[in-house]
Amino acid sequence: MSVLKIEDLQVSVETEQGTKQILRGVDLTVGEGETHAIMGPNGSGKSTLAYAIAGHPKYHVEGGSVTLDGVEMLDKTVDERARAGLFLAMQYPVEIPGVSVSNFLRTAKTAIDGEAPAIRGWIKDLDSSMTALRMDKSFRERNVNEGFSGGEKKRNEILQLELLKPKFAVLDETDSGLDVDALKIVSEGVNRAKENTGLGILLITHYNRILRYVKPDFVHVFVAGRVAEQGGPELAVRLENEGYDRFLESSNVG
Amino acid sequence: MAADTTATAPAPAPGITEVADRQTAFVPVQTRSGRFTSTSVDDFEAVTGLEFEWKFAPLARVKHLTEAALDGSPVEVHSAEVEGATVGWIDRADARIGSAGTPEERASANAWSSFEKALHIRVTGEEASEVVVRRDSFGEAARSAHVVIEAAPNSRGTVILEQTGEANLSENVEIVVGEGAQLTVVTVQEWDDSARHLSSHFATIGRDANLRHVIVSLGGEVVRVNPAFHLVEQGASVDSFGLYFADAGQYFEQRPYIDHVAANTRSRVNYKGALQGKGAHTVWVGDVLIGPHADGTDSYEQNRNLVLSEGTRADSIPNLEIETGNIVGAGHASSTGRFDDEQLFYLQSRGISEEEARRLVVRGFLAEIISQIGSASLETRLGEAIEAELLRAQAGE
Repeated sequence: MSVLKIEDLQVSVETEQGTKQILRGVDLTVGEGETHAIMGPNGSGKSTLAYAIAGHPKYHVEGGSVTLDGVEMLDKTVDERARAGLFLAMQYPVEIPGVSVSNFLRTAKTAIDGEAPAIRGWIKDLDSSMTALRMDKSFRERNVNEGFSGGEKKRNEILQLELLKPKFAVLDETDSGLDVDALKIVSEGVNRAKENTGLGILLITHYNRILRYVKPDFVHVFVAGRVAEQGGPELAVRLENEGYDRFLESSNVG
Repeated sequence: MAADTTATAPAPAPGITEVADRQTAFVPVQTRSGRFTSTSVDDFEAVTGLEFEWKFAPLARVKHLTEAALDGSPVEVHSAEVEGATVGWIDRADARIGSAGTPEERASANAWSSFEKALHIRVTGEEASEVVVRRDSFGEAARSAHVVIEAAPNSRGTVILEQTGEANLSENVEIVVGEGAQLTVVTVQEWDDSARHLSSHFATIGRDANLRHVIVSLGGEVVRVNPAFHLVEQGASVDSFGLYFADAGQYFEQRPYIDHVAANTRSRVNYKGALQGKGAHTVWVGDVLIGPHADGTDSYEQNRNLVLSEGTRADSIPNLEIETGNIVGAGHASSTGRFDDEQLFYLQSRGISEEEARRLVVRGFLAEIISQIGSASLETRLGEAIEAELLRAQAGE
């Protein structure tokens, strides 16, 4: 049983106005096969949590720990964390000119597994995942994210999630900017990965919308850099109806 | 400013020049077509390093090529026989010598003054052929060379010049593209680390003909390849590409000059370079001149440099002169940037190590040029050569 454990995580970033504390002691435990939704208003630190777990150099860890099956992730490099089983589906994936999707995926798969995938099985897996995500075969020869629409970029992220088979994935606003058809396709992909590999998911979102398709086991409300409230799926529904106002008021007072 | 300070430039009427039919126009003295030219080294004054042509180059390492006596005897080349093309030698008195251009600076004139025979590569076939000429025997002595590449009217072909080994060489390469011909010329500099190579290419491109010209510089201490393309007849076009990867201590320079003489001519210039290691220095000067009769010109030039480490220098200077307003387009772009950390993060977050991620990004950056070469075997080989460069550069860090 794999466990991703975040304890008292404190993270800051450098801004023009100096160092700014964003995460102020986050505690979260995600078990294998569990889906945790992280919801919260803009600026509450949701994306910072995602990037800090992945190891983006812009975010400085001031304290706390992130362990995967007891192994500390915070002193590992970005690629070591990925090879240990962490995955981040990004909100704004960058373009990599001159690097084809197929070359990129094969290189990543080889790095994660420590050996090149067997050609036939790999092509088959690639084909079936792309078909399921309604991605045309021509995608393979296109440069990574270059000229992709918003929806194509998100599908490409989920394609990687399916093929790289991480233990835990952080999905950073994967639902934002998607029309309902694309949202369903992307959600199906996430659910497939979960079924096939027992993936644990941290689903960061601003809206309840994706939670109709990817059912959360737990919902955590993020406010001012920490978890302000947690509960079951019913909490998401309540947030949709009431908004985040009551949290913002209490945090302002407190 | 792109001021040419060559002292021997012919005294121009200051500023005002007759351009056509007693019409006058202001023509700055540094106009690209107004440079002094001569095939005789003695017509040029000694190089001081202040001239625009020599401003960037490490002159101490190449000055001898501008003044010393050069050995102009032919040096053996290797090429396999190919249908539709011939490779041979012609005498310096041959009428084909000088048909594509005249030296604009002293090293070029010094080579022209001293070569004995010219290597002559002629493409005649209408079915596309590929000629590979390997030159690996120049050695350390100061030498001159001359090459004439001709594409017969309506011929199709690719000429690849591969340079390896030692060199201490100044040379001129003439390229004559006949009416309706489609010629690709690729020159690959993979010299040894101490090689010095100054090369001027002169091309004339005939009616409805196309020249695809690719400069690849990966090896050598000082390598300069300056191509001039004269679009002298209607419908002529040129695609000028360049790819260079300078390691510590390497100096690579290229100055493509596009001369739109005739109407309805088209040019595209795209050079990409990577720099890694202390003292790696690259220079790109892109001159485009759209002459008074070049109505309907369509022109675009760009240079992009990727800086991979501290201590490197990339000079990038686009110049555009337009003497007719009636054109389709004329644009330029130049950028020099360091490695994109977000690309690195993205690749690393997929488990790819930092070293491999860097290699992927650089290879991807340069792949745009490699894919333009049009020779599958050379494209593969250059991909591997760049991979090796990257591994070497990373090992040296």
